[in-house]
Amino acid sequence: MSGGPLIAAALLVPAVGAALIAAAGRWPNLREAATLGTAALLFAVVLALLPRVLAGEAPALEAIEMLPGLSIGFRLEPLGMLFALVASGLWIVNSVYSIGYMRGNDEPHQTRFYVCFALALAATMGVAMAANVLTLFLCYELLTLVTWPLVTHHGDDAAKSGGRVYLGVLLGSSIAFLLPAMIATWAAAGTLEFSPGGILGGAGLSPAATAGLLALYMFGIGKAALMPVHRWLPAAMVAPTPVSALLHAVAVVKAGVFTVVKVIVYVFGVDELAALGSADWLPVVAGFTILAASIVALRSDNLKRRLAYSTVSQLSYVVLAAALLVPLSIAAAALHIAAHAVAKITLFFAAGAIYTAAGKTEVSQLDGIGRRMPWTMAAFALGALSLIGIPPAAGFLSKWMMFQGAASAGHWPVLAVLSLSTLLNAAYFLPIVHAAFLRPPREGDAPHGEAPLPMVAALTFTAAATLVFPFFAGIPLALAGALGGLAP
Amino acid sequence: MIFEHLPALEVAVPLVAAPVTLLLRRAAAAWAVTVAACVFSFVAALLLAAAVAAQGPISYALGSWPPPWGIEYRVDALSAFVLVLVSGMATAVALFAWRSAAAELPREQLYLFYTMYCLCVAGLLGMTITGDAFNLFVFMEIASLSSYVLIALGRDRRALLASYQYLILGTIGATFYVIGVGMLYLATGTLNIADLAARLPQVADTRPVLAALAFVTVGVSLKLALFPLHLWLPNAYAYAPSAVTAFLAATATKVSVYVLLRFYFTVFGARLVVEELPVEEVLLVLSLVAIATASLVALWQADLKRLFAYSSVAQIGYITLGISMASHAGLTAAVAHLFNHGITKGAIFLLLGGVALRTGRVGFDRVRGLGQAMPLTSLGIVIAGLSLIGIPGTAGFISKWYLVLGAIEAGRWWLAAFIVATSLIAVAYVWRFVEAAYLAPAGAGTPERGEAPRPMLVTAWILVGACIWFGFDTSFSAEGARRAATLMLGGAP
Repeated sequence: MSGGPLIAAALLVPAVGAALIAAAGRWPNLREAATLGTAALLFAVVLALLPRVLAGEAPALEAIEMLPGLSIGFRLEPLGMLFALVASGLWIVNSVYSIGYMRGNDEPHQTRFYVCFALALAATMGVAMAANVLTLFLCYELLTLVTWPLVTHHGDDAAKSGGRVYLGVLLGSSIAFLLPAMIATWAAAGTLEFSPGGILGGAGLSPAATAGLLALYMFGIGKAALMPVHRWLPAAMVAPTPVSALLHAVAVVKAGVFTVVKVIVYVFGVDELAALGSADWLPVVAGFTILAASIVALRSDNLKRRLAYSTVSQLSYVVLAAALLVPLSIAAAALHIAAHAVAKITLFFAAGAIYTAAGKTEVSQLDGIGRRMPWTMAAFALGALSLIGIPPAAGFLSKWMMFQGAASAGHWPVLAVLSLSTLLNAAYFLPIVHAAFLRPPREGDAPHGEAPLPMVAALTFTAAATLVFPFFAGIPLALAGALGGLAP
Repeated sequence: MIFEHLPALEVAVPLVAAPVTLLLRRAAAAWAVTVAACVFSFVAALLLAAAVAAQGPISYALGSWPPPWGIEYRVDALSAFVLVLVSGMATAVALFAWRSAAAELPREQLYLFYTMYCLCVAGLLGMTITGDAFNLFVFMEIASLSSYVLIALGRDRRALLASYQYLILGTIGATFYVIGVGMLYLATGTLNIADLAARLPQVADTRPVLAALAFVTVGVSLKLALFPLHLWLPNAYAYAPSAVTAFLAATATKVSVYVLLRFYFTVFGARLVVEELPVEEVLLVLSLVAIATASLVALWQADLKRLFAYSSVAQIGYITLGISMASHAGLTAAVAHLFNHGITKGAIFLLLGGVALRTGRVGFDRVRGLGQAMPLTSLGIVIAGLSLIGIPGTAGFISKWYLVLGAIEAGRWWLAAFIVATSLIAVAYVWRFVEAAYLAPAGAGTPERGEAPRPMLVTAWILVGACIWFGFDTSFSAEGARRAATLMLGGAP
């Protein structure tokens, strides 16, 4: 198959899969087989696209022309490839995990759950492969809408109020800021097609106007969770853990930072922004978000909430790296999208396993749990080390490039922020690991073992992936390097 | 050949269908005749639109009396576009009415409903197609009188009062219009629109012509419910039978907007209206106030029909806002929004008609938990609501796009911000429905699980589908609007 049909397949496979899942709703085993089959097929399709992108091609699919010059179209470039690869690959693992979690906790509405999940993946593929801002925006909004039933899955008051914040912040920010940003871009540049070097170069916008437009984009892309539009992310934690794991550690939030990087590289143009100095304010906001979110994470006793704020902070690493506007840091941003995804999904998997096996949700309840759930907590420890950035775990690589990028650009305050936040990362993750393995179990805890096998298998797999990631980092590095314009 | 006479048949068929339904007296037969007439008009309108796109405006001399002496029917890019909207919505609502009107009206009055419906359709189509200013007045009266009756047929006794309010204000509007036309006749000695356009420049700055412009503006603004002349609209929409609300919301105000466009850009000409008089500024201010206040008032309504009625006032504000820009993008936005808002509101009111059938009325207390009880209906309202907000991928986005573009092109950034900010109010009132239907537990007024009768649901969903379809395929809606805008600014009638 050539590139175009493969892109169509990547979009259609999860959509058709959703229909099959819905049709098989009455037979749970068949339904789960449909989920796994769809996930595997999607990953195969994405893998088939990889060699083309690595060879420097840009497979494209022109779909519909909505208005003259304004079309729905798809084109895959290195960054999108990386994102699609991570999201589709982790969907397989997450599906295995979901089956264990949803059955282990006897959750209601499981068919709706799997259908929405497949649709969310279809939207994510659309985000990853969008050829222009309009297509990206469309898929981005679709992703918000199809994940909403997942966030409000439990249907109780907490889920509803979480869902309210989720939809309110994401939809509100995108309509209030992203939409005008898009229309303003069209008015200034006359096109919305992503192109290397940016499209605003010839528009002759003043530095202040460019900064304003950039601000509209950065705060309009609510999914990137830059403070103060981060509130939806902790609110989304009311969802079942597999949702938090894949969507709010991988697909949805990464769609946000992916869009940020994409807009900076392909709409504004790195050199253009650097020359105008219009992005100078962005590292400040991102740096503030990193530190503030880390401090909130440190003070949160609820495990998922701590992970959520850790995600907020890690997302801003990506934004910060992209905002430095040097090739190395752009590549670091791309790489961190992948590295954080693998590590954070492991942590969420572990949190869900703890909830399923022990019914515990708070950090303070975890004393000695490592003895009962050694696999889970070992995986948790690996994920945490990766996020702190200790070699050889995945996070080390991207953090290293970030430090290097900041140093090469001479951004010393950024170096300070990165160092400080590394300490904070350690401060909010390591006590959990310490308590789990070194403290004695509390009196009166009901005895329990590991979570169901599919869950443990999934989290062990991703933990192992964290560990071996740097040794197989060739492909992500090549893709990230191609994006940053580095020689491979 | 029959094709030559299509412009006349476009109006004549529904007009003749009206007495036929009266003679038939059987509801089923009356319905069948109505649907047949509407379908005929719709097909004829599509053929006319295709012909206009291919070979330019069509002029038809009624009774072979050549204009300007006889009455001329004239189909150009703008009127063809509106004809398609009106006849298309008439067809959809006629199909919907089969079950909806039967449930809401006394059996013995049903055939009268169809008689009035045919008259109203004929009146609106006539207003659109005619090229004669006085003939337009006649059709305006046909459409208005029949719509007063249609509104008064509502089950609620307050429908009578609403109809009476509309009658008074509508009559004042029509009177103002005819006074304006009378002055134009005095000044130029002609009633043919093209002829008026040709003769007006010689007398453009005289007082009677300016007075005529003022009278026509106020008269038509009453009919199109421009703030603050909108007071008849919320009650009329709220208490009319569901099918009537959907039809009027989708077409009646839109045809009045068409008349305003026709007078501003064909009869008086952009030069007089835009450059010499402060019409633009007045329209701009009124539009802004309409959008802001009506959106906010909509937010506080306890009844969904009233909520969306006020939303209509706000959306009409967006249309007149586009007109006030008097630029290509602005006029494109206005004409495109005419169409997009027509199908969107049509879809919403049809779906609400289904809800009303199951619950009696459509207060917020009756739609609690509706997402469970009527899943397809609720989903339809949400999708049409997204189109109302202007989310990409829906029809409403296309018109918002042109509107914001028009504002930015004019260098009015504050206006772009205003449009976006008021869209957020639309988010809020659509959200109120989501909150009630999906997040609130079922209350005492919530119906048992079950959808509206299938014919109603299917027709409504065809329109919901259209809301999405026209968000992607704009070859008719935006392209047609662009052509109409070019026509209006080019001066050629």
